[in-house]
Amino acid sequence: MDLAFTKEEMTFREEVRSFFRDNVPAETRKKLVEGRHLSKDEMIAWWRILNKKGWGVSHWPTEYGGTGWTSVQHYIFNEELQMHPAPAPLAFGVSMVGPVIYTFGNDAQKKQYLPRIANVDDWWCQGFSEPGSGSDLASLKTKAERKGDKWIINGQKTWTTLAQHADMIFCLCRTDPSAKKQTGISFIVFSMNSKGVTVRPIETIDGGHEVNEVFFDDVEVPIENLIGEENKGWDYAKFLLGNERTGIARVGVSKERIRRIKDLASKVESNGRPVIEDQGFREKLAAVEIELKALELTQLRVVADEGKHGKGKPNPASSVLKIKGSEIQQTTTELLMEVIGPFAAPYDEHPDSSNEAMDWTAQIAPSYFNNRKVSIYGGSNEIQRNIITKAVLGL
Amino acid sequence: MDFDLSEEQRLLKESVDGLLTDAYEFEQRKKYMKEKGGWSKAIWSKLAEQGLLGLPFAEDDGGFGAGAVETMIVMEALGKALVLEPYLATVVIGGGFLRHGASPAQKQAHIPGIIDGSKTFAFAQLEKNSRYDLGDVSTSAKKKGNGWVIDGEKFVVVNGENADTLIVTARTKGGQRERTGVGVFLVPANAKGVAKKGYPTQDGLHAADITFTGVEVGADAAIGDPENALPLVERVVDEARTAMCAEAVGAMDESLKTTVEYLKTRKQFGVAIGSFQSLQHRAADMFVAVEQARSMSMFATMASDFDDPKERSKAIAAAKVQIGKSGKFVGQQSIQLHGGIGMTQEAKIGHYFKRLTMIENSFGDTDFHLRRVTEAGGLV
Repeated sequence: MDLAFTKEEMTFREEVRSFFRDNVPAETRKKLVEGRHLSKDEMIAWWRILNKKGWGVSHWPTEYGGTGWTSVQHYIFNEELQMHPAPAPLAFGVSMVGPVIYTFGNDAQKKQYLPRIANVDDWWCQGFSEPGSGSDLASLKTKAERKGDKWIINGQKTWTTLAQHADMIFCLCRTDPSAKKQTGISFIVFSMNSKGVTVRPIETIDGGHEVNEVFFDDVEVPIENLIGEENKGWDYAKFLLGNERTGIARVGVSKERIRRIKDLASKVESNGRPVIEDQGFREKLAAVEIELKALELTQLRVVADEGKHGKGKPNPASSVLKIKGSEIQQTTTELLMEVIGPFAAPYDEHPDSSNEAMDWTAQIAPSYFNNRKVSIYGGSNEIQRNIITKAVLGL
Repeated sequence: MDFDLSEEQRLLKESVDGLLTDAYEFEQRKKYMKEKGGWSKAIWSKLAEQGLLGLPFAEDDGGFGAGAVETMIVMEALGKALVLEPYLATVVIGGGFLRHGASPAQKQAHIPGIIDGSKTFAFAQLEKNSRYDLGDVSTSAKKKGNGWVIDGEKFVVVNGENADTLIVTARTKGGQRERTGVGVFLVPANAKGVAKKGYPTQDGLHAADITFTGVEVGADAAIGDPENALPLVERVVDEARTAMCAEAVGAMDESLKTTVEYLKTRKQFGVAIGSFQSLQHRAADMFVAVEQARSMSMFATMASDFDDPKERSKAIAAAKVQIGKSGKFVGQQSIQLHGGIGMTQEAKIGHYFKRLTMIENSFGDTDFHLRRVTEAGGLV
């Protein structure tokens, strides 16, 4: 047992860190630090810089453009990315549909889609959840019927993140209505520009537009857009959801936010002294830092285990990472609210622009509201507890 | 970065687990508890035979030169079995003072007796008003000729009744809470002027309140600098905290396992109670708490070798916070999920809860260590 990073790993960290320092556009970084939304162009510009460096799809197999890094290197890359901070690669393409295509797709599909995912020539979105199918995803109703050399798709998806930017969607569709729930679902990809696709924005409680409803009315999709085998889509969906592990705890995001809390709490005063000097506040913050350290080590244990024993099956410890990681992210946004106190209220930028500490506080409350999502998406924390119950405890 | 055990470490774990599986059934433990001083001489001899008592000592001193990871492995196993024998007091704390502070002559005089199992130690540190402050010492050690005269009272000295040698913190100069002026002394338990009042503790161990009245010891009784041994005390106590974190992880692990087993077998409303989601989710939260604690136990283990005492102390304090919180949650919920049977002395589960509770209150509780982490500027 040796819990220290090797010299090579430290060198690698330095390489990654200096690349981010030199290449992430300043405005992009600033927006992330302040919890603002990035434009589509800003995100794509950065991802292409990353892809040019050869790090766009770092965890893919080398034959499809991956880096061949060790699990620890991936961990370091993610942590540095989150701490800088820089936008993470578009998960829907790089972490979700990409691995499904190179694992289950045919050669033509690999050739057609993978390079475009890496360079974000196509922006992908995820068509999984439906109004009646949240945690009970397998109850989904969107239909794909075979008609000649086409699929005819009808139904509705929801919570479709950034569908307003998307060129492509990967969709779970019911292809065998007579089969039992989990069987009879297929994994089909198609263009968001297809006739019959309608995207309608959902405004979230923070006032933001991240998610959408997507409607399909007799959408015609070429038959060859089925990935893998017909009626095996549920297996691919499970593969996809279990695939994203190392980033799930978002340790770097929370570290970066804790630094921001400390910075802001040293500028904002309460009772004639900076908030950071308040013993009660400091202890609350230290308690989160300890939870985060524990999470970081739990994550490293999962990473080391993967590195040693291969990725294989999804590691149920990733449910611990999801639960704890989301709780900590939420607590950090709560602490920011606490620091800013009554100045959390104004909806727009605070007019007192002479006070540097205050010029981005309008984002604090929305970010707090927005972060309630992290214990809901990607399998709610209650679903994660179900996974631990069954896969780990055997209950 | 490597979280796997080496081949030797794996064998060590197997051997200590094996020994305790055979010799430390809950019923057997009840018998050991009734022996003089509250633990079994026979088990202690077995630990010596397997070389466990000599693990951390240098090969030159007759030990195995093992490190913090080996201690973690042993303590976790002792925690699982709720072992009563004074491994912490003797090998970790007594041994820690000898390894880090003692002269070659002191080592030669004391280490062989620990390794062969013939001698045990106790750490007489706590005073009436000192609580968790290691530098708060009013017991005095006054120079007399070449030696020292010790006067004062120490409380809740674990293994105080059975120990052959006491390690006593005493003030050689300065005010009650000054950092300088704290000395550490080896005092034979049968020295003239040492009066012990032994009693069982809540977790089934034994402790003693000990009064020192004009106890005379030689110049060779002082470990390290008698006027500035607090850094030594802090280092050894950090190692004791680290060891207790591992012990607590063992106890939590076993509590969770026992509880899950109970959820699978106990039936109500015609079904196993483990089929109820409210209980399943509680058990899942216990699993999360145990894994977070295990991570921090490893962190403390790694940190106990840090060169910088500030970084070491901060990391170990952080671990103690996590262990305190996780231990309380796992201990309490284990009882809750067992229901009425969890309230009985007869069931083992409540004994884990009691040990975890006492660990939280040893060498600084959760609030104490949270404050230390805070004062050290946090971890991020």
